[in-house]
Amino acid sequence: MVDINQEDILRLLAQRLASFANPELEITPDTNLITQLAIDSIKLLNLIMELEDHFDISIPLNALTDVVTVRDLANLVYKLKLDSK
Amino acid sequence: MSLLEKLDAAASARIAQLPSGLGAFGIPIEEIYSPTEARIGTKRILLLGTNNYLGLSFSPECRKAAHEAIDQEGTGTTGSRMANGNYSGHRALEMEFADFYQCRSCIVFTTGYQANLGTISGLIGPGDVALIDGDSHASIYDGCVLSGADIIRFRHNDVIDLEKRLRRLGERSKNTLIIVEGIYSMLGDQAPLADIVRLKKAYNSTLLLDEAHSLGVLGETGQGLAEKYGLIGEVDFITGTFSKSLCGIGGYCVSNHPQLDQLRYVSHPYIFTASPSPATIAATRAALKLLKNGRELRERLWENARQLYSHLQALGYQVSPEPGPIVATILDSPQQALALWKGLLENGIYVNLILPPAAPEGKSLVRCSVNAAHTTKQIEYVCEVFSRLYSSIIQ
Repeated sequence: MVDINQEDILRLLAQRLASFANPELEITPDTNLITQLAIDSIKLLNLIMELEDHFDISIPLNALTDVVTVRDLANLVYKLKLDSK
Repeated sequence: MSLLEKLDAAASARIAQLPSGLGAFGIPIEEIYSPTEARIGTKRILLLGTNNYLGLSFSPECRKAAHEAIDQEGTGTTGSRMANGNYSGHRALEMEFADFYQCRSCIVFTTGYQANLGTISGLIGPGDVALIDGDSHASIYDGCVLSGADIIRFRHNDVIDLEKRLRRLGERSKNTLIIVEGIYSMLGDQAPLADIVRLKKAYNSTLLLDEAHSLGVLGETGQGLAEKYGLIGEVDFITGTFSKSLCGIGGYCVSNHPQLDQLRYVSHPYIFTASPSPATIAATRAALKLLKNGRELRERLWENARQLYSHLQALGYQVSPEPGPIVATILDSPQQALALWKGLLENGIYVNLILPPAAPEGKSLVRCSVNAAHTTKQIEYVCEVFSRLYSSIIQ
């Protein structure tokens, strides 16, 4: 059994990403990490380390090549968490 | 967005950080007078932003060796080591590096960048793991990307964080290459090597240490951080560059593992590039001799480093975590860093400006690099200018 779901991950991501974003920007699952949030590479890499620690998983940087939106990142975390069980 | 529009966007982001007309990146140096002085525009300036740690760039021995090599072997090899560019000088330098480190073998690469690219991408591949320090140089990141291995970062110099990530990898830790640097180029701090070696043994991983900035600088004979801690035999692969303390261009990897030589057949950055020119190899061989016997140069370098570091710290500047040849001042904003960099240049001192995202943790840095050829008087002048600028820029 997996004790998390994608909605939980999305909620957590929205909270964490809010600290990087313009306060007027509403963060949705379809928000583009680069073009809308303007998150730079260092911030993104540091966020990945936080997610690794929070979910106790390894997130290889090369797995991020297909990540564009908040939902993509949540799906990746969910898949890696499932795989780690 | 088209291919060219993407480049325009990258350029405008960079330009936006700098006032018009001031090009802090790639500033042209018109003439070089010595390891410590040059001309920028019409101004004679003090060089405090090079990686010429032992001050050997004008050494008579290296210049003579380079001249003779050009006369005897020509200007270039025109081919790769694997094809038509494998000269006796390349093999001799490899043997001299292996002997210097008391290691079984050495491979010489055409640049330091390629030494990391070629070694890393040859050692690991898809299914393996690269576990790298978060502040790693771009050559390490690029080597990992080229390898196709999974890339995991650990927090800079944090062995607890490294162990957490090793534990998380489980059985995969046996197929993991841990990569660290002797001295990190941005802040000038050193890796906690003894703890890292302990972890790599406990988890049956492999360790690569990049001594690019520590070669010539650390250790009794200048081998680097591994020599400083007596751990040469515990590190699986050591890479480095000729372009800093050795004042040439090129790179190397040394190891006691017999498999090192197999890299010559699988490493594209080694196979598909022209070999270093005869002059480069000859000058590097001469420089390596000077480096090995360069105890006095190292002492002078460290005297200069400690003098500048302690003075800047006493003035109230936030500086690197520990003294060393790279003395970084950490500023609150890019604007403050730019003002300090500009103020130093106006007073005839050339240093490096590093703005986010290039600097760690989104910081802005003005990075100084001292060398063994700087005189006490030159360092005193630098300290005096930093002192004057503190009141106008920092306070």
